[in-house]
Amino acid sequence: MRLDWIEHLILIPVLLPLLVGALLIVIGEAHHRRKFAINLGSVLGLLAVALVLVGLTDGEHWPRGIGVYLAANWPAPFSITLLADRFSALMLLLTAVIAAAALLYSMLSWSRIGVHFHSLFQFLLMGVNGAFLTHDLFNLFVFFEVMLAASYGLLLHGYNLTRIRAGLQYVAVNLVASLVFLIGVALIYASTGTLNMADLAARVADLGGNDLTLFKAGMAVLVVAFLVKSAMWPLGLWLPTAYAAASPPVAAMLALMTKVGIYVILRLWLLVFSDAGGAAAGFGHEVLLWGGMATIAFGAIGMLASQEQGRLAGYAAIISSGTLLAVVGYGQPSLVTAGLFYLLSSTLAIAAFMLLIELNDRVRSPAAAMLAVTMEAFEFEESPEQPVGKGIPAALAFLGLSFAACALIIAGLPPLSGFVAKFGLFHALLNPGRPGASIDASVWALMALLLVSGLIAIIALMRFGVRTFWASPVTPPRLRFMEVAPVILLLSLSVVLTVRAGPVFEYLERASADLHRPAGYIDRVLSTPAVSENGEDKR
Amino acid sequence: MNTIIALSIGVLFGSGIWLILRPRTFQMIIGLLLMSYAVNLFIFIMGRLAVNRPPLTPAGTVPDPAALTDPLPQALVLTAIVIGFATTALYLVLMIGSRGVTGTDHVDGKEPDQ
Repeated sequence: MRLDWIEHLILIPVLLPLLVGALLIVIGEAHHRRKFAINLGSVLGLLAVALVLVGLTDGEHWPRGIGVYLAANWPAPFSITLLADRFSALMLLLTAVIAAAALLYSMLSWSRIGVHFHSLFQFLLMGVNGAFLTHDLFNLFVFFEVMLAASYGLLLHGYNLTRIRAGLQYVAVNLVASLVFLIGVALIYASTGTLNMADLAARVADLGGNDLTLFKAGMAVLVVAFLVKSAMWPLGLWLPTAYAAASPPVAAMLALMTKVGIYVILRLWLLVFSDAGGAAAGFGHEVLLWGGMATIAFGAIGMLASQEQGRLAGYAAIISSGTLLAVVGYGQPSLVTAGLFYLLSSTLAIAAFMLLIELNDRVRSPAAAMLAVTMEAFEFEESPEQPVGKGIPAALAFLGLSFAACALIIAGLPPLSGFVAKFGLFHALLNPGRPGASIDASVWALMALLLVSGLIAIIALMRFGVRTFWASPVTPPRLRFMEVAPVILLLSLSVVLTVRAGPVFEYLERASADLHRPAGYIDRVLSTPAVSENGEDKR
Repeated sequence: MNTIIALSIGVLFGSGIWLILRPRTFQMIIGLLLMSYAVNLFIFIMGRLAVNRPPLTPAGTVPDPAALTDPLPQALVLTAIVIGFATTALYLVLMIGSRGVTGTDHVDGKEPDQ
């Protein structure tokens, strides 16, 4: 069979940002409108591809809803496998949505305070999308590095003292994490002789003796790298500083990047250490569960102690990571379903909050002082348009309401999607699914932590809201439509998640069921034939 | 041979860890470099140590696995070297930028007594 064009769609989320990013380097900074338009076109293209992939993986087009793309047409264990299933398609969609919001927000000023914002943005998308699609551990390392290299540049975008200080720490931590990643990959290769994730999962069950010990050590070392990205306590101390220092659109993308670490852990752990994993089954779940809980506690305490909005948002992201790590550690299909819903809802809310931060600051300092300082440090000749001119009406009401909506979702209070997510988590925790199973002490501890962290989040956020919006004197800030539109986009998606929670949960249930059936996945990857020129299968 | 390689990786990595815990950016970057050398060696020996075994077969011959060494770790280590080199260069730029803006080479961007 010839390869249908639709099979190549799996490659588009990696290829399109790569080509567009390279093209954007060539276009001079003076044509920022054109650069923005090309960048937006690419992001909208990615959004469309992600939507098609979500449709395809949930439909009948591919067996088991898994699309496999064999790079360079080598059959499975030898080639680098790119693979789209429901989970990765969903993450691609989330990436495209948040990228679109961050990009729209950056149009008026943020994309113009430094050079090559648009190229770096596209390369970041390439790395993130690649990490969601690849199913080869070393290729995953390459995409991680693409993502990180772009994020170093973006974090420093709008070069000033705070960003350089935060950047020095962020880059150093991530360089060390990358080295740890490599050690883990090397150990896994030494013990199993493969780096293809499907092949790896198939071989784990037969491991024994020294190889098994070496493999477990390799996975433990490898996961440290992902835990640094997803900011598990005590590996996540870099996160609040980096988030608070980054420019708002970049901070929104960073909020997404913590979820890349979570994605890999979730996929790898359910795949390799599933019940079918032989002697390795269940390895490390306890660590993830208790580590996740410690992370929630750390994030909650951090939120109470924060005075700045950037740090508040950073600690909110840490709580979200901690919750998801605990969910992976507890590992139960219904809980993972609810966890995926929580992932969507909390990522949207935190990204919206990151974008709101600078707008809220204008209530306190009308002169948009931060922007001025940034531009001074960068010695800009052509100053970007100040966000003045015709503003939108009722700016203060908009800010207050959006802030309250973010706070409700982050804290998990009704009526928005945060509540649905937390309700789903509690429901899954209280119904273990196995008949006659009792509920462990760890479950009660996790539920207590989730409730208390929600309470603390609402206290910390409301304290900030009261100080900003009810303190006198308040000057109504001027907001431009392009600044509020992305926030409205993200928050209305969150409302859509709430209203359409039923169908979304059904989709997530199917996604989670796929993740819990590694045998089907392994079989699908390893049995995909390479395609030959003359229309016959090679196998 | 195994002992020598293991010792040298250990020494490189240990020195690297000690250096990245130091407060000056120059020490940081040398530490990162030493650690990446250690990691590259580590990946390399994961294909098992062997003397006088090529990773490639001449064209047209039937390969004999016993006479060959594993080529994959060598390919991996090449990629890792390139990526490590690029990211270290990026850190160097950041380090110089930090020195220019803050006037100090302390990793916190200020001298500890300030």
